[in-house]
Amino acid sequence: MSAHAGSHHETNYVKVWALLLVLLVVSVVGPMAGIKVVTLATAFGIAFVKAYIVARKFMHLDLEKPIVHWILALALVFMVLMYAGISPDVGRDSGQRWEKTSGWHHLPPQSEHTSEGQGGEHAPSH
Amino acid sequence: MANHHDTHDHHDGAHAHHDEGWFKKYFWSTDHKIIGFQYMFTGMLLALLGAFMAYVFRMQLAFPGQAVPGWGVVSPGQYNMLITNHGSIMIFWVAMPVLIAGFGNYIIPLMIGADDMVFPRLNRLSYQLFFVSVLLLIASLVVQNGGFGGAWTAYPPLSANKDFNLTPLGSSLWLGAVAVEFVAFLLGGINFIVTAMNARAPGMKAFDVPIVVWTIVIASILFMASVGPLVAGAVMLLFDQLLGTSFFNPNRGGDPILWQHLFWFFGHPEVYVVLLPAMGIVAEVMTVFARKKLFAYKTVIYTIVATGVLSFFVWAHHQFVAGIDPRMANVFTVTTVLISIPIAEMCFVYIATLYGGSITLSTPMLWALAFMAEFMLGGVTGIYLGSSGADIFFHDTYFVVAHFHYTFFPIAIIAVMSGITYWFPKMFGRHMNDFWGKVHFWGTIIPFNGIFIPLFVLGAAGEHRRIFDYHSFPHLATPELQSLRIIATVSLVVMLAFQPVFLVNYIVSMFRGPKADKNPWKANTLEWTADSPPPHGNWAELPNCYRGPYEYSVEGRELDYWPQNEKA
Amino acid sequence: MKPIATTRSSMNIATGKLAVWWVLVSEIVIFGGVLGSYIMNRIAHVEWGEQASHTNTWAGAFNTFVLLTSSLFAVLAHQAAEKHDGKKAAQYLYYTCFGGLIFLIVKSFEWAHEIREGFVIQSGGFWGYYYVAAGLHGFHVLAGMLVMLWVADSAKKNQDLHRVENVGLYWHFVDIVWIFLFPLLYIAK
Repeated sequence: MSAHAGSHHETNYVKVWALLLVLLVVSVVGPMAGIKVVTLATAFGIAFVKAYIVARKFMHLDLEKPIVHWILALALVFMVLMYAGISPDVGRDSGQRWEKTSGWHHLPPQSEHTSEGQGGEHAPSH
Repeated sequence: MANHHDTHDHHDGAHAHHDEGWFKKYFWSTDHKIIGFQYMFTGMLLALLGAFMAYVFRMQLAFPGQAVPGWGVVSPGQYNMLITNHGSIMIFWVAMPVLIAGFGNYIIPLMIGADDMVFPRLNRLSYQLFFVSVLLLIASLVVQNGGFGGAWTAYPPLSANKDFNLTPLGSSLWLGAVAVEFVAFLLGGINFIVTAMNARAPGMKAFDVPIVVWTIVIASILFMASVGPLVAGAVMLLFDQLLGTSFFNPNRGGDPILWQHLFWFFGHPEVYVVLLPAMGIVAEVMTVFARKKLFAYKTVIYTIVATGVLSFFVWAHHQFVAGIDPRMANVFTVTTVLISIPIAEMCFVYIATLYGGSITLSTPMLWALAFMAEFMLGGVTGIYLGSSGADIFFHDTYFVVAHFHYTFFPIAIIAVMSGITYWFPKMFGRHMNDFWGKVHFWGTIIPFNGIFIPLFVLGAAGEHRRIFDYHSFPHLATPELQSLRIIATVSLVVMLAFQPVFLVNYIVSMFRGPKADKNPWKANTLEWTADSPPPHGNWAELPNCYRGPYEYSVEGRELDYWPQNEKA
Repeated sequence: MKPIATTRSSMNIATGKLAVWWVLVSEIVIFGGVLGSYIMNRIAHVEWGEQASHTNTWAGAFNTFVLLTSSLFAVLAHQAAEKHDGKKAAQYLYYTCFGGLIFLIVKSFEWAHEIREGFVIQSGGFWGYYYVAAGLHGFHVLAGMLVMLWVADSAKKNQDLHRVENVGLYWHFVDIVWIFLFPLLYIAK
């Protein structure tokens, strides 16, 4: 609507928004198929795509100075590092001589089956 | 110019020219210098509290069961409370506020030639939040059932369950105090970083910034990048305490190791958060009193960055005995030993700076030299602890206690003393007494070694650090070991007895010391071109910068220093 | 009185904006801590999937739509501010805030429903993280709305228009966090 040549560039934000909504629909519909790979790709893969688009187009990271990219990359790298360092210990519920018991004995009555993952292997959650 | 001197002669401010009232001027101020003082004095007051706690529990260890003068008989619960709060106070409420927030606020704008921080009101808010955290901390000590006693690391399930720690109120208030304090330092840190990045004097390039500003900024970045997971963890722990959730409760699927990781993911970078500013202060003092250019200025900066990055890779060496994945223990052993390289490099650089300089052994210089010597002892003993095999024996013994006191004491006391004595003329426009400064120096350094060398021996003999009375452990209650404990305690008492020398010197010099001119040490950095003490706004006309900060004894110049703002 | 320091720009980035980027760094690590802990625990606990199946995917999807739309308004506000049209910028900011309000209302209905069903923060590992992560995020939405109202108030008078962009950056970040929370909390079952 505002087609002035005021700023140095004009992104059509409504188009970006429409694209985001399409991605949102895909990320909701995709997992309904119930296939694990599709779920991962559509739910989580698309989350990254959406985040990238928002960061690039709405936060204008594409026009931002390199130092800002470095600053944000720093935080993200440290988070990946944190995950890599901690998950070997926390991301499993049993080890050689230990086991995290996960007995949620007072789950609410509405739920049909209570926890069954007692001391399971590191099976993925899907 | 003369006006400013006048206003500062009347320190009570009741009749200053731009009269705003005492409260507005010293409590509600947005002036970075006043906020720096607020942090510094709060930190120094809490240092007294922390020192008193150390005195009480050291007395209990040396003379178990006997009434401690000034306290009475120490109960086991009180003992836990004392060691816990000694640790948290000294790190969170002394080292952090004095080194980073105090010096950072005072010197960053002055050193980069700015009239204030870029967000003065945010700065004031930062101190006010910090003050709230102090109130919460004090409250946590005096509530019913006493203060938190689960060590400054607050490992669950002890910290998470009031049936275990017996301090339902104390532990939650303590945790709240720590969380509020983090928020305060996050606000302050953002301010420091942006100020140093964006508000530098015209002409001051990144590599014209003094080392101490670099170190404080990088320390703030490290703090900011590492504290987040712990803030999240603190919220979860608070819910575990108050609502009975089970993030860290293994009986119900939670994971106490997760807390340890979140804590140390912050806790280890935190060591470098306080170490780096200390290194920076020492660099400033050494170049000025050796009248030499800092050796390899750029290399030092790369080293600081490398130290900061590496400090994120070492945290799990605190958890070697916690049952972490042994493969990770290998990795963390290697990274831990690696980080000694940049630190050693900095020490070599400082020694190279001293080499061939014309050294003046003034009080700040003595403190700076002592920092190097004592910190190196701390660093070298850390290598044993970083090796996962050796750590299985040393873990949680007094060897560890001695090791980290050999790092933290140089950081939080020795380097701070160096900084205080160095910048005192700028801060108050007067000189401290050099003789009494040296008395205080020797009276602190010698007993300091007397405290902690025996603790190395005790730790190597297997003395576990969380025991209240060793009489229950016959092999640890031998007369030999007990006499070492007594040596340590007596040294502590001697060291504390020398602290009034400093306090009296400090306060008397503030009002009665000989007047200092603008640049008493003949230093280059920009803060010495402002009046002593600088007025609000620091300079009548903000300086420009023409060169790096360490141009001492440049050949062909009449003077042996070359201030950054001098055109030629 | 603003210090001269605030007006300097040695890095050629506006001071306020630079500060917001650093704020976002500290936010990334806070949310990174929660989400990282959640993910690694989630992988270890198969039974959390069963707990997660009680969340309402449609409410989550609707809220994603609401936040994406409010982000659009935030960026339009920035565009208007760049053209020095403070009135229009303020109006877009109010739309953004309205989006935040709808988000919080949907959220509160969701939570009320779940709590009535008996799924409270103590009911299980998943629910603990669900309430902490979404609660922390909701708190950020609320804080963003308050700041935005304040910014809109001065933008209306064509003052401090640079703040429109800064608060927008924060809002987009909050949006991005939700983009990740949505699949993590609502879709992975």
